[in-house]
Amino acid sequence: MIALWHNYQRMRSTGVLGMNCRNVEFISRYNERRLYPLVDDKLQTKLLAQDYGVPTPKLQFVVNTQHEVNGIESKLEALDSFVLKPAEGSGGKGILVVTGRAGENFVKASGAEISIADVKRHMTNTLAGLHSLGGRADVVIVEDVIAFDDQFAGYSFEGVPDIRIVVFRGYPVMAMMRLATHASDGKANLHQGAVGVGLAIDSGRCLNAVQHSRRVTHHPDTGLDLGKIDIPGWRDLLLLAAQCHDMTGLGYLGADIVLDKNLGPQLLELNARPGLSIQIANGRGLLPRLRHLETLPDSRRWQAARRVDYVIEHFREDATAH
Amino acid sequence: MGRKSNFYLILFLLALGGSLIALLRHMETGMPLLPGQEQLVWQVEARIDFEASGEPVTASLSIPDEKLPGFEMFEEHAASPGYGFSINDKKGARRAEWTKRDPLGDQSLYYSVQFLKSPFNDGTQKAPLKAREIPEYWDEALTLAADVVLDRARETSSSATSLTRELIKLLNAGNDDQNTALLLSTDSDRAQLLIELLSKEGIATRSVMGLYLEDARRRQTLTPMVEVWSGEQWVLFNPESGETGVPEDLLLWHRGGLSVLDVSGGSRSRLSFSMIRQSMPATHLANVSDENSLFSAIGVHRLPVEEQSMFKLLLLLPLGAAVVVFMRVIIGIRTAGTFMPILISLAFLQTSLVPGLVSFISVVAIGLLLRGYLSRLNLLLVARIATLIVLVIFVISILSIIGYQMGYATGMTITFFPMIIIAWTIERMSILWEEEGPKEVLLQGGGSLLVAILAYMMMQSTLLKHLTFNFPELNLVLLALILAMGNYTGYRFSELRRFRDMEPPH
Repeated sequence: MIALWHNYQRMRSTGVLGMNCRNVEFISRYNERRLYPLVDDKLQTKLLAQDYGVPTPKLQFVVNTQHEVNGIESKLEALDSFVLKPAEGSGGKGILVVTGRAGENFVKASGAEISIADVKRHMTNTLAGLHSLGGRADVVIVEDVIAFDDQFAGYSFEGVPDIRIVVFRGYPVMAMMRLATHASDGKANLHQGAVGVGLAIDSGRCLNAVQHSRRVTHHPDTGLDLGKIDIPGWRDLLLLAAQCHDMTGLGYLGADIVLDKNLGPQLLELNARPGLSIQIANGRGLLPRLRHLETLPDSRRWQAARRVDYVIEHFREDATAH
Repeated sequence: MGRKSNFYLILFLLALGGSLIALLRHMETGMPLLPGQEQLVWQVEARIDFEASGEPVTASLSIPDEKLPGFEMFEEHAASPGYGFSINDKKGARRAEWTKRDPLGDQSLYYSVQFLKSPFNDGTQKAPLKAREIPEYWDEALTLAADVVLDRARETSSSATSLTRELIKLLNAGNDDQNTALLLSTDSDRAQLLIELLSKEGIATRSVMGLYLEDARRRQTLTPMVEVWSGEQWVLFNPESGETGVPEDLLLWHRGGLSVLDVSGGSRSRLSFSMIRQSMPATHLANVSDENSLFSAIGVHRLPVEEQSMFKLLLLLPLGAAVVVFMRVIIGIRTAGTFMPILISLAFLQTSLVPGLVSFISVVAIGLLLRGYLSRLNLLLVARIATLIVLVIFVISILSIIGYQMGYATGMTITFFPMIIIAWTIERMSILWEEEGPKEVLLQGGGSLLVAILAYMMMQSTLLKHLTFNFPELNLVLLALILAMGNYTGYRFSELRRFRDMEPPH
């Protein structure tokens, strides 16, 4: 009991954002319901991103009906590698990554070979809603594969390292990198055992890293020093995240970004209800920064670049600026 | 900030209004705030349904005497629009009679009566007339069989009552013996058969229709019973169980020769009963005439019994909803499906806790196993759920049958669980299993059950039951509480644990 009270005190003093507070004071206040479809439907997000010039993996085509699946070979012929994705999939379900060809067959990211019939079945299942929330009928997005930056090759076990940035009123407030581990089964889900690396919002350097809520210093599978992580081109990432506010109108959102070797940061998807674990990865609460940004005048209409500069200046990690 | 203070003002007014109305009701009608200070009243409603063909209709229903073993009549009335109504007392048998010139189509007649529990015992111990004749349709073989059975019963008995007991035993042993089997095959009504056998023996009997009283039951029927004259008094027998004497929860609705229900001018007549247990303050019982006050007009007690028993349950639901909100928002327990725990706890109310828990867990566990196979079939969602519903019904039937064979009547109670909800629960749990692993399934399943048990215990509490039913306005207080919790932005209890190991960066 005393320990719990202690926890409570510490959480209050570090400004940890709780679930109730997030829902009542941020999500329901700053995110209009009618905007949710923009982020819940990945196709809409992607089209919006293209309109706003936000970099995102290139959309090849969309399969809308079962009828289109039958003649899909001709459309796939032009593509060496591609990703199939349900537009309303949840938790990374239903994503098929094809990285190359072996004769008639396709080669998956894992190296396994599948036939055109398998690809078609995957599409049919997706269209019928096998991978979407609540089993609703869905569409298949076919897009380019990301060429991962070799720089992080040793940091993620099997899966893809992605960077989550929480953006409030257009200002990036907190960031973390999620690294898949053997324990998380190649998935970048923190509660399944992925490593969360808190990144300094002003520089993109590693602040702190946790697995299962406990601090770690090295990747549990590859043994690489997590403290050396330093994301190149950090300002571009912040800029990309900040623009997501302009393009969706959501006041409180999470942007999931991956780094492409050739194209730089790419927006993967957006989340209107970003989780709270980012605070554990960073070792600090969101509330002080959120409250600070709430004091800014409503009338301020700054460009994304200026907001990023504001963040870099005010939320410095090496100084106690705020 | 103005909106916030407005919100709290509304909450305050809601809570205040609810408690004030409850207090006023308490003072006005004398309804006690705590249970236990009132007398138990059973309200029983008989409903007659029939199809009228346009001819003059006379419906005659046997109704209970004013004084019965264990009960005393307190009030009775009939409701049937457009019908003439009278209560006749012919030769000690009370009958309610409805009449109408030319009704057409489906008709429903209601007779409602309130009985007080009373220690009064049967005074009508008149000696019977002579025993009845044996039925004419008994042929030689039947008569012979009856003689054999009676001989056997006579051997092991010494009086009219013990003979009856032995006969019931023999009849219940059923088809092992060809004589009893023959008798049973000609007469489906066991009570009637017993009366005929006893009449053959020259023992005076009366047929009785009893009504077992259970709180908030609908569509109940009468149980045929037999009274046997022992020489000094009438002794009641239940021909199914062999039980003697009048059980405490049995209301002797109909006694003696005539039929229970006669409808002339109508067809397909049906008789069903609904009943509810009420508590009434002694003061209220004293002045029944003071029925026109505003409070009794807007009280639930004025509704027909069938609706009342439904309201008894409905008015408990806000309590369950409040428990769910509290457990999720303040404690932070994860449940599978937001309000599924309430549905489970409602089922627990019917099955009682332990049998309910056992059957729920076993059905869901078996369902999960079957669902594991289904996921290999790659079915689409709707088809998968539909398959699960069918499978769940199979599992429930099999469990009920096994339970019944093993002598647990509780096996049957599984049917109280809402099938579709169970099927959905299994589906969600199974997806959870695939995506998040068994740990999460146990966590959410356990969370759901915990919330369901808590809600069940709240809804089961005599005090809360009494308050929600007799003071429905108290639900406004509950509503204020739920609204207040809906606006709570503090930490959840579970978050104190979740952020336990959080350390600031170096």
